[in-house]
Amino acid sequence: MAIIEARGLARTFRTRKRTVEAVSGVDLTVTEGEIVGFLGPNGAGKTTTLRMLTTLLRPTAGTATVAGADLLGDPVKVRRRIGYVPQAIGATMGGTDPACMVGEELADQAALYGIGKADGARRTELLISQLDLAGLEKRLVKTLSGGQRRRLEIALGLVHRPPLVFLDEPTTGLDPQSRSNLWEHIGKLRSELGTTVFLTTHYLEEADTLCDRVFIIDNGVIVAEGTPDELKRRISGDVVTLRVNCSASTATELLGRQPVVREISVADDALKLTVEHGDEALPALLRVLDEARITLHSINLSRPTLDDVFLTLTGRSLRDDSPAGAQPAAAAAPAPVTATAAKE
Amino acid sequence: MSFFRDTLMIFRRQERLALRNPAWVIIGLTQPVLYLALMGPLLTHLPPVALGTGSGGNAYDFFVPGLLIQLGLFGSTFVGFTIIADWRAGVIERFRVTPVSRLAVMAGRVLRDVVTLVVQAAVLVLVGLAFGLRAPVGAVFVSFGFIVLVAIGLASVSYATGLLTKSEDAFAPMVNTIVVPLLLLSGIFLPMTLGPGWLQGIARVSPFRYIIDAMREAYAGQYFNTIVMEGIVVAVAMAAAFLWLGSRVFLRENA
Repeated sequence: MAIIEARGLARTFRTRKRTVEAVSGVDLTVTEGEIVGFLGPNGAGKTTTLRMLTTLLRPTAGTATVAGADLLGDPVKVRRRIGYVPQAIGATMGGTDPACMVGEELADQAALYGIGKADGARRTELLISQLDLAGLEKRLVKTLSGGQRRRLEIALGLVHRPPLVFLDEPTTGLDPQSRSNLWEHIGKLRSELGTTVFLTTHYLEEADTLCDRVFIIDNGVIVAEGTPDELKRRISGDVVTLRVNCSASTATELLGRQPVVREISVADDALKLTVEHGDEALPALLRVLDEARITLHSINLSRPTLDDVFLTLTGRSLRDDSPAGAQPAAAAAPAPVTATAAKE
Repeated sequence: MSFFRDTLMIFRRQERLALRNPAWVIIGLTQPVLYLALMGPLLTHLPPVALGTGSGGNAYDFFVPGLLIQLGLFGSTFVGFTIIADWRAGVIERFRVTPVSRLAVMAGRVLRDVVTLVVQAAVLVLVGLAFGLRAPVGAVFVSFGFIVLVAIGLASVSYATGLLTKSEDAFAPMVNTIVVPLLLLSGIFLPMTLGPGWLQGIARVSPFRYIIDAMREAYAGQYFNTIVMEGIVVAVAMAAAFLWLGSRVFLRENA
C-alpha cells in the first residue's frame, strides 16, 4: 500500500522580480515499509519537496496523500502521523534546544503529540535505549556530541511511533563512524519498528547502503527512480579491466568476439571491457583466455556507482555543487570507466 | 480544549528554560529599580503642580506607573530575540510539524512573558513602597491590568517580528528605533505637560501616553473619568491589534 502518493507537486518562490521554480511537478509513490532515498545536489529541490510533504510549505500546485491523509485538506492529520527530522546543517539546525536536557526534549516532544505522562515516559525510555542515549537524560543538549545530538533528533521524530518518518540529510556533518552507526539505527527503524523511511541525502554511499529505492532529483524534477541496482544497470554495464602478460592483441580479438562484451579498448597492457552483468560474464571471459593460454596479471571488475548514474542523467557529478557542468555531453560519456567508479 | 492545553505545555517549557537561566529576568528588573533609586529622588524636588493631578503630588505615585510601563515595554518588545535563536535551532520548525496548535507556540511564550512581567512588577511596586509610593491597592491592580495588556500585545508582535526578520542584526535596531521614541513621548520620567505645545501634540500619537495617564489617575484614586476610560480603550485596542498581527504570522502555512 502506498504511504506517500504525490502528483504534480510544485513550488515556486517569488523573489523581487522573477519567480523561481524550486520544484516543478514531482510525482512520487512510496510503499509502506520502504526505505526511500531522495538524492540530488544542493539546491535540486530535495528539501523543498520534503517541506511540502511534511506540511511546512504549501505546494503551489499538485496533490498528495501522506500517511493516509490529504496533504492540503487535512495537514494536522498528516502531522499526527508522520515524524520529521529537519536537516542539522544550514540556516536552521536539527530541532533541539541547546539549553534543554535530553530527557526534557523527549518528554516535551511526547507532550506535543498529546501523549500522556506515563505513556510518554515509557516511550522515552524505550527510545533512549534504542538510540544509544542511555545515561544522557540529564545532559544539556549543547554538551552532546554531533552523533548523539543527531540520534536525539531522530528519537524526537519517533516519539509518537509514526508509520512514516522523514529524515532530511540525517548524517550530513557527522564523522564517518557516527555516520555508519546512524545507518544501523535507520535500518532498524524498518526492521524493528516497521517504519517507512523517506530520507534525503547527497551521499551516494548512504543511498546505496540504506535505500530500497532511490529518486534522483535535479533542477526540481525527478530524473530517475528505481532500486540502486536498477539505476546502475541502466547505464552502460560493468567494466572489466584485465592485464595480460604479452599477447594483448590476441586477447582483444578473442574477447571482442564474445557476445557479452559490448565494447573493448586497449591502453598500455590493460584491456578495458564493457560488459553486461560483469559478475556473470567473468568466468566465461576467463575461460576464453585460459584456452588460448594467455596468462593474466590482474583482473578488476568495477560496477557503476550512483554517482555515475547521476553523472549520466544530469551531466554533472553529485560531488561538486557547481552549477550544471560546462560540457555535459563529454562528462556523461566516460562515466563507467572513471577510476572513482571502482567499487569492490 | 487543545489550544489551552498546548499553550500551557509551551508555557511550562519556556518557564523551565527561563528559570534555568534567570539572568535576563534579573537584568530586566535591575533597570527600573535603578531608575527608581537614582532618578526618583530628583523628581521629589519638582513642584507638585508639575506632576499633574496627583494627590498632593507624591513623586513616586507619579514615577512608579511610568516605570511599570517601561518595564513592560522593554520586557516584552525584546522577547522576539529568543525566538530567533529558537528558529535557528530548528525548534520552531520541529513544533510546526507536530499537531500542536501553531498559535499556542506563540501564546505559550506570551503567557510566560506576562507571568515574568507580573513578578517583576510586583517587586518594583514593593521597592516603590519603601521609597514612598502611597497608591491605593486597587490602583496597583489596575496598573497591573494595564501592563499585562501592553505585554500581551507587544510580546506577540515582537515574536512575529523576530520570526519574520530571522536575524538579531535586523531585529535589534528595528525595535530600538520604534521603542525609544515611543518611550520618550510617553512621559515616563517627566510629565509631558512640562513640554512645549508641539511636543505635547506629538506625544498624542504614543498609545503609551494614554495608558500612563490612566495609570496615574488610578494611583491618585481616580478610577472613573475620561482619562482612565481612554487608557482602557487604547490598551485593549492595542493588545487586540498586536495579538491579531502576531497570530497571523504564527498561523501562516509557510514559514
